[in-house]
Amino acid sequence: MKVTYNEKDKLLTLQITEEIDHHYAEKIRTRADFEIQKYIPKKLVWDFANVSFMDSAGIGMILGRYKMITMFGGTMNMINVAPNVKKVFEMAGILKIIPIIEEIGGTEIGKCV
Amino acid sequence: MENVYENKMSLEFLSKSSNEAFARITVASFASQLDPSIEEISDIKTAVSEAVTNSIIHGYEDKIGIIKIECTLFANSIEIQITDKGKGIENIEKAKEPLYTSKPELERSGMGFTIMENFMDELKIESVVGVGTKVTMKKVIKDLKDSSE
Repeated sequence: MKVTYNEKDKLLTLQITEEIDHHYAEKIRTRADFEIQKYIPKKLVWDFANVSFMDSAGIGMILGRYKMITMFGGTMNMINVAPNVKKVFEMAGILKIIPIIEEIGGTEIGKCV
Repeated sequence: MENVYENKMSLEFLSKSSNEAFARITVASFASQLDPSIEEISDIKTAVSEAVTNSIIHGYEDKIGIIKIECTLFANSIEIQITDKGKGIENIEKAKEPLYTSKPELERSGMGFTIMENFMDELKIESVVGVGTKVTMKKVIKDLKDSSE
């Protein structure tokens, strides 16, 4: 996972670099929890540009972090979500509470190639 | 009616979470003989991943057992059977309910069977408590090149 933090905007970007299943979700969760508690960001953006596969383990993993970030008064978004990953999120109705954004506004972070 | 199968394979592996990717990629690779679309392949991978994860987390819990996958290719469909000899499901109807999970502490979303049902064309769950669970799924591969039916 690639971690970027923008102090000015209190924006934490977590770029997932592996497929998300039950096996990898545990590793991603541990790392994400560490980074969230370290920075207490106002805004967390998950970058899915390198995620080619996700099953329902991703739903639980993202929702768990959402609970944590809202507890700290922060917001959460996702970016660069592939159609097959989006399909899994849609099935669980996640996109209504954690919307997909087109770009990370106001910063140079998140310009993914 | 299809009754003559074109190809068949079976696979056995230990119920370790590191095998989840291996299982779905192997099934997807076998299914590619039917020339499926990217979306169809992705649906198959997701459904297999859900079933295998269920066997690991719920079927065998923390013990290690054998998971067996049998795939049969027909002219325009694939049937995938995933079997474990784990603890079985007490109430299948309950387990199939969206968002129901017996393991919320593991951050399970309770969407596994819902995804299998929606991403595949057929889903059958057979389970006997103390004996094991068999999930049979079927996906029809639509032929985009030849639409004359």
